Amino acid sequence: MPPGIELRGLGLRYAGAEIFSGLTLTLPAAEFSVLLGPSGAGKTSLLRIIAGLELPDAGEVAATDNAPLAGRVSYMAQQDLLLPWASALKNVMLGARLRGEAEDPARAAALLEQVGLPHRASARPAELSGGERQRIALARTLYEDRPVILMDEPFSSLDAITRVRMQDLAARLLSGRTVLLITHDPFEACRLGHSFTILSGSPARLSPPTRLPGTPPRAPDEDGILHLQGELLRQLAAS
Amino acid sequence: MIRPFITVAVFITAWWAITAFTSIPPFMLPAPAAVAQALYTQAPYLAANAGVTLGEILLGLVVGTLLGGVAALGIAASSTLQRWLWPILVLSQAIPVFTLAPLLVLWLGFGIGSKVAMAVLVIFFPVTANFLDGLRRTAPGWLDLGRTMNGSPWHILLHLRLPAALPAFASGLRVATAVAPIGAILGEWVGASSGLGYVMINANARIQTDLMFAALVILAAMTITLYVAVDALLRRLLTWAPGG
Repeated sequence: MPPGIELRGLGLRYAGAEIFSGLTLTLPAAEFSVLLGPSGAGKTSLLRIIAGLELPDAGEVAATDNAPLAGRVSYMAQQDLLLPWASALKNVMLGARLRGEAEDPARAAALLEQVGLPHRASARPAELSGGERQRIALARTLYEDRPVILMDEPFSSLDAITRVRMQDLAARLLSGRTVLLITHDPFEACRLGHSFTILSGSPARLSPPTRLPGTPPRAPDEDGILHLQGELLRQLAAS
Repeated sequence: MIRPFITVAVFITAWWAITAFTSIPPFMLPAPAAVAQALYTQAPYLAANAGVTLGEILLGLVVGTLLGGVAALGIAASSTLQRWLWPILVLSQAIPVFTLAPLLVLWLGFGIGSKVAMAVLVIFFPVTANFLDGLRRTAPGWLDLGRTMNGSPWHILLHLRLPAALPAFASGLRVATAVAPIGAILGEWVGASSGLGYVMINANARIQTDLMFAALVILAAMTITLYVAVDALLRRLLTWAPGG
């Protein structure tokens, strides 16, 4: 069972201005939590703090099992960050190389199969489409096999159909892990989230999390998706 | 593809016109035909000396590139090295390399050693500076990825920063290829018993201007060929980098 994540009174200042303060939230274990909010509210900074890439000016991030979080978090950024000189397979195994461990090509190949690209193992990123590149990035994330996954709008640059497919794939392959997903897309939030929270204001605050009914991934034409989206848009507009 | 040939043809025609229609004496500016004749009649002599110079250039390139590459990697890997070595490197550029040529000949003799050392001196800085620049400019996203993957600094340098810096290293190597002949020729001018620089100094002293021009033509052809070859090789090796 992966740990949940607790944000306790997180605050961040930048150039004298308060970006956010007093952020307190629990991301439930083994669930998709979605974070929405206007640009500049500090969503990416919050994600980077949880990933250990930045330090907050106040508060702390902890795992609900009280063990250190370091080494248990994987981070998927907006860009796929694939290495242009390495093959898809080599990109998937990047973490092993960076830690000085032996690579496991069999496992990497199995992951490429899971993301639907078994035939692209030797392709360089430049030969792949945007959707294929994000699949490789997803396989790279899975190769790390971390219980906590942070995603910063990883599908925002994809076309609508590819995005829906990537959402299904991510929901399927990441289920059972504690996921925090940043998105601008209410539709994506409604399809993938167990709950959503909105970060907004200046300094930004978190809204109390709203639980979404049912289990993700919800089909695009599922009853109630439209209603959920409407509700979410209302909350976003009001925030 | 045909444009360089047009440029060369226009240049030679203009050169010929100046020698044919002005009263500039041949010992100051020989006609293209005279230079061509010198190239032909002195071919074995020129070829032997060109071989010597080419050897110096290639050896200088290899040694200078290796030293520059190692220095840049060392500086990138260790902040202590950076603090001690980088200011010295920058300072060393304040000394005109040319002024060191007599000293190098004094120390290393009239043979190939002083010329290679001279070439290494002019190559070292562009290679180091370009490569180091590349090593310092790794995309922040990749470094973040390396950190969340718990990568070690050494392996991040080896598997992320080094390959990412190769296009910058290639830029440095291109500059080095273009300037390496300057170093070798300079060394030969100061004191040598063979090489194109030696041919030029000798021909100059004997007012064999056509022979001097012939040596110059060979040197230019050699430099251009070398540059094109290195450029093509780098493009082949770095197909993933935009613009080679």
